[in-house]
Amino acid sequence: MRISPDDVVFFEYGFMKLNLTIVTTWFLMAFMVIGSVLVTRKLKSEAKVTQWQGVLEMIVTGIKEQIEEVGLQRAERYLPFLGTLFLFLFLSNLLTILPIYEPPTSSLSTTAALAVSVFFAVPVFNIAQHGILNYLKSYVKPLPIMLPFHIISEFSRTLALAVRLFGNMMSGVMIIGILLTITPLIFPIVMTAFGLLTGSVQAYIFTILASVFIAAAAQESGKETEN
Amino acid sequence: MDNITIIGAASILTAGITMAIGSIGPALGEAKAVVSALTSIAQQPDAASTITRTLFVGLAMIESMAIYCFVVSMILLFANPFWNFVITKVAGG
Repeated sequence: MRISPDDVVFFEYGFMKLNLTIVTTWFLMAFMVIGSVLVTRKLKSEAKVTQWQGVLEMIVTGIKEQIEEVGLQRAERYLPFLGTLFLFLFLSNLLTILPIYEPPTSSLSTTAALAVSVFFAVPVFNIAQHGILNYLKSYVKPLPIMLPFHIISEFSRTLALAVRLFGNMMSGVMIIGILLTITPLIFPIVMTAFGLLTGSVQAYIFTILASVFIAAAAQESGKETEN
Repeated sequence: MDNITIIGAASILTAGITMAIGSIGPALGEAKAVVSALTSIAQQPDAASTITRTLFVGLAMIESMAIYCFVVSMILLFANPFWNFVITKVAGG
């Protein structure tokens, strides 16, 4: 039994491997890009818009409201990054209803890559907003003795972010695989439906945690700017 | 007992014990979280949507403790580095 789609290798050249995870991620990227291009090709600002534009506006404003509720001012600055994270995770977790599909998030490499991008997004956003000095000062607050703990928490929360998503999605795939060998008739469908719920909640949590990390650092750096 | 038996038995036993002990804490924690969420919804039904959303996020954070244990036991069962090492040693030697 394999525990991640990394083990299905289509093509190998030197140290480069083309496995199922990468192929599925490419497929998802193409799907999202082509879909967005098709929808946004003829945008209108009149009262009567097309159905697809309505759906897209609902998604974007919904994500924006959620980001604002976490406490980030000027949510449109963070919307491209956090919205992309959410849409990619949501789509990749939700498409598990397709029979031959394996979610790329059930491989640790995908989730680790996403967590690392969150790890770098926190300083990038905060330095852009408050300057590098104020951001670095937020590490030695309230006392300089807290510096190692701040640094440890940066790394441990990145690891937790990656392993949480990976564990949830991998366990979903695993449980369905085990159930198929024990009770193959109806019960796997119930667990698949439950997996859809878990997947969407996990996509939401990943995005919310990323925005909470950015907001927490922004608060600490922002205090310095006000003084 | 030779090395293969020891490593195999230890991995299987540890995987089971990891799941068993590791799910006690998250179970109690989730129960406490749900209880207090239900109490607050009963007191203030207006805030139900906010409480539910926070509850889901909190539950997933608590649940991730059990998920870590699950990942460790899955690694012990299906991707055990010590087992693979012994197998290659035996096959090579």
